[in-house]
Amino acid sequence: MGYAYFPGCTLRGKARGFEKSALASARVLGIHLEELPEWQCCGATFPLQADNSFPLVSPARALASASKMGGRLVTLCSACYNVLKRTNHVMRTDADRRDKVNSFIEADYEGEVEVRHFLEVLRDDVGFETLARRATGSLADLAAAPYYGCLLLRPHDELAFDDPESPHILEDFLAALGCRVVDYPYKIECCGSYVALEPGEPASEPSRKVVESAKARGAQVIVTSCPLCQYNLDASQQGAGGRAARGVPVVYFTQLLALALGLPEDVLALENHLISPAPLVRSVRSMGSEVTA
Amino acid sequence: MRTGVFVCWCGLNIGGVVDVARVVREVSGWPGVAFAQDYRYMCSDPGQQLIRDAVKRERLDSVVVAACSPAMHEATFQAVAESAGLNPYRCEIANIREQCSWPHQDEPDRATDKAVELVRASFEKVRGDEPLVPLSVPVTRRALVVGAGIAGMQAALDIADAGHEVVLVERLPYIGGHMAQLSETFPTLDCSQCILTPKTSEVGRHPLIKLITNSEIESVSGYVGNFSVRIRRRATYVNWDVCTGCGVCSEKCPSRTLSSFERGHAEEPAIAIAFPQAVPHKPVIHAEACRHFTKGKCGICEKVCPVGAVDFGQCDVLLEEKVGAIVVATGYDLYPKAQVGEYGYGVYPDVIDGLEFERLNSASGPTQGEIRRPSDGKVPKEVVFIQCVGSRDQEKGYPYCSKICCMYTAKHARLYKHKVPDGQPYVFYMDIRAGGKGYEEFVQQATDEGVLYLRGRVARVFQDGDSLAVFGVDTLSGKKVEIRADMVVLATAIVPASGARELARALKAATDQYGFFSEAHPKLRPVESLTRGVYIAGCAQAPKDIPDTVTQAGSAAAKVLALFSAERLAHAPTVAAVDEELCSGCGVCVDACPYDARTLDDRRRVAVVNEVLCEGCGACVVACPGGATRQRNSARSQMLSMVDAVVG
Repeated sequence: MGYAYFPGCTLRGKARGFEKSALASARVLGIHLEELPEWQCCGATFPLQADNSFPLVSPARALASASKMGGRLVTLCSACYNVLKRTNHVMRTDADRRDKVNSFIEADYEGEVEVRHFLEVLRDDVGFETLARRATGSLADLAAAPYYGCLLLRPHDELAFDDPESPHILEDFLAALGCRVVDYPYKIECCGSYVALEPGEPASEPSRKVVESAKARGAQVIVTSCPLCQYNLDASQQGAGGRAARGVPVVYFTQLLALALGLPEDVLALENHLISPAPLVRSVRSMGSEVTA
Repeated sequence: MRTGVFVCWCGLNIGGVVDVARVVREVSGWPGVAFAQDYRYMCSDPGQQLIRDAVKRERLDSVVVAACSPAMHEATFQAVAESAGLNPYRCEIANIREQCSWPHQDEPDRATDKAVELVRASFEKVRGDEPLVPLSVPVTRRALVVGAGIAGMQAALDIADAGHEVVLVERLPYIGGHMAQLSETFPTLDCSQCILTPKTSEVGRHPLIKLITNSEIESVSGYVGNFSVRIRRRATYVNWDVCTGCGVCSEKCPSRTLSSFERGHAEEPAIAIAFPQAVPHKPVIHAEACRHFTKGKCGICEKVCPVGAVDFGQCDVLLEEKVGAIVVATGYDLYPKAQVGEYGYGVYPDVIDGLEFERLNSASGPTQGEIRRPSDGKVPKEVVFIQCVGSRDQEKGYPYCSKICCMYTAKHARLYKHKVPDGQPYVFYMDIRAGGKGYEEFVQQATDEGVLYLRGRVARVFQDGDSLAVFGVDTLSGKKVEIRADMVVLATAIVPASGARELARALKAATDQYGFFSEAHPKLRPVESLTRGVYIAGCAQAPKDIPDTVTQAGSAAAKVLALFSAERLAHAPTVAAVDEELCSGCGVCVDACPYDARTLDDRRRVAVVNEVLCEGCGACVVACPGGATRQRNSARSQMLSMVDAVVG
C-alpha cells in the first residue's frame, strides 16, 4: 500500500502527536507513506469566492506533484483533506479555473489524483476487521466519543466522505480498536472554528457544548482528526473554575490507534495537550502489552 | 398551381417587426402564387373567413399561412382549408413568429427578408404535397386503469358507470391504496375508511370492472385505441375462486411477519388478509415468512381450510388484455428513511412518519386508536411534528413542495390533542400552505386548540435516555429551541411509487426528473400524458390531496370517455412509406424507429410500415441507405427545394 503523503503545517507544529502516531502506526500496518517533496501549506481554508483562484495554487501544486507519485494522496488533517479534495474537485470540473491555475503553476493537472483521508485508508486498505485483530485489547471499554466537526464531512457533494448527517466511520474505527463508543448529539456540530480563538465566553460556547454533551454521556476521551477542533475543545475546558482538573482529554484518532497497537508512548507526543491525556494513556498502557515499533 | 399566401400580423408580435406588406408584395410576384393577403389576426373568425372566401373566389388549390408555430394553429388552418373544399394536407404553415419576428426584433429589415424566405420554403413544400386522407383505426372501447387507490378507483368507477368495461390492476392484494391506511381526513375529520369503503365495495361488485389485484403490468404494446397489455398476476398461493375469506387459515397460522399495511407496527400471520375491510376479502401467503416455503414443513392452513383453497403450487400467471385507453394512477411512496439520518428516522423507534402516525391513530390499527409510542407503548406527552422533511430541500432532498403535509400535520396535531388533552404538540414549519376550501380555517383551529407552531427547521433529533432531544430554531423569536419529546413525527416528502419509471418506459410515457408522470401541458392538458391514449390521475402526476385526486381522476375518465365516443380514430397520414422496388430488406429502419412501427416482411424480404404506429418523425427516412423510405409530404424533392428556397 503506497501513498503520497501530505503532512500539513499544523502537524509539524502543535499537532506533532497526530503525525508521529500516524506514521508509526502506518509502519506497523504496512502502509507506505511517502512525503511529498517540497510541499507547502494547503491554505487552511478553501476559498469560497468563485473568482478567487489564487488560494488554489498551493493545493493544486501538491496535487500535481502527487499525480507524478502514483496518483494517490493521503492526508491526516481534516482541514488539509477538505482543501485538497475541494481543490481537486475544481480541477476536475471547472475548466476555466483549471486552466488559470495550471498556467500559473506550469502544470497540466486535470484532477486525476485520488485524495484520501487516512481513516479511509484504514477502512478500505487495511480493513477495520484486520485492525480489530491487530489491536492489543488495551482500549477495551475505553469510553471514546467521536467528534467529526465540519471539514471532514461537508460539503458532501464534493467530499463524499461519509453520510454528513449520520456519519459512522469514526465509530466503526473506535469499535475496531475495542473502545466503547459514546454517542452524543454534538458529534457533527461546529466547534466554533476560528471564531473560538477570539477571547470571551460566547466564542468558546460551541466547543464547551460539545465537550459537556460528551462528558455527560460518560466519555473518557474525545477523538478527532482536526487540529483546530482539538485545540478548541481542549482550550474550552481551561480557565474559569479550574475545570481543567476534571476535563476530558481530546486526542487524535491516530494516537488511540498507536495506543491500541501497543506502540511506545513517545510516538504519541502528549506534551501539546492542554488537558493531558497522560494519566489516561498510562492507565490504558498498564492494561495492554507493549510491542516495539 | 394556384396557391394562396396568407400573412398574419399576430398584432405586433409579427407586424411590429416584419414588414408584412413587403412580404405580401414580394410573394405576389412568384409564378404559381394566385393570391396573397395580410391580415391582423389570421386565426380570428374574420381571418379564417378571409381564407375561405379567397380559396373559393380565386379557385386556389393550395394554401400557405405565414403565422405562428404550427404547434399552435396548424390544425386550425387545416380545418379552414378543408371547410373551403381543399384537402387539408395541401395547407402549409410558415412559422414567421417563433422562428423569425421574436428572435430578430432588433433587425426588422433582415427579419422581413427571412420571413420571405420562410414563406418561399413553405410554398415550395406545398407544391409537392399530396392530397392525403387521414388513416382511420378502430377503437377498443375498454380501459385499463393501473393502480387502485382512490385515484384509480374513481377513474374506474366513472368509466364503468358510463357503460364501458374497465380492467383495474393493483399491485397489492387489496384495493384502496394509501387512503385505506388513513385514520381521519382533513379538513372535516371524517373517518377515511367510512368514506372509502363504499367505493371499494362498489369497485368490488361492479359488473363492468374486472379487478386484478396482486398484479403488475409486464409490458404494453400497440397504440391509442388498440393497446395490448400483458399483466403478471403474482401467486397468492390461495385459490381465490373457491376461498370464502372465512379467516380460519390466519387464525391457525403459526408464523408471524411484520405487516406492511401497519407500516411495521404490528404483526400478521404469514397467511393473512391485510385489514378487516379489505377488498377482495381474500388472504395471501407471504412466502418469505411462511414455514412451508422457508422450512418445507407446516401446511397447517392447507389442512384447516374448509374449502381446500390453499395451493402451495400456485404460479404467477400472465394475462393478456386488449384496451383502448390507459389511466395511470400509481400513487406515491414516502421519502426513504435512509436519507434522514439527522432525525434518526429508521434508527430511533419513536421517530415515525405520517403514515405510521395514521396507523397509531386508527381504530383498527396496532394500538386500537390510542396514541402510544412504538418503543414502550407509553402515551407520549410531548410530540414534535416536523414538516418539509425532504420536501423544499434543494440541498439533500427534493425542491418541490409535497403539498399535503401542512394539512395532515395540522390534522395529526389536532387528533393527538383530542386524544391526549394534557399533551403538547409542537409543529416545526417553514410556511403554512393551506390553500383549499376550509383549509386555512382548519389550521387556525389547530392553533386555537393549543398546537404550538414554531417557524423554523430542526437540525437534529437525538435519543437521550427514554426521550428524544429535538434541536431546532424558532426564526420568529430568533432563538434556538431544544424540546424533550416523547415522540417525533416526520412529514416526509411524497415521492413517486416504486416502479413508476419502469411503467412509464413500458407505456412510452414521459416522467419528470423526479419520476412523476408528465402531463401533456401543465395548465391546459393536465390529465393527458404525452402519449396518446395514456392518461394520468392522482399522485402519479404530482403530490396532491384527496379532493384534487378525485377531481383529476374524474377528468381522466372524461377524457377516456371522449376517446370512446367514436368507433374509429383518425391518425395523421404524414407517415413513412416504402418504395418496395428500392428496398433491400436490410432492416436499418427497424432499428432506427423509436415507435416499433417498422418491421421486416421476411417472406417478401422488404421493410414495411405500420402506419398507425408511425409518428412521422422521419428517423427511418434518414437511416435508409437505399433511399427506399420516404415520408409522405416530406419527400426528398420537397426538402431540397425548401433548402434551395432558404439558401439559394
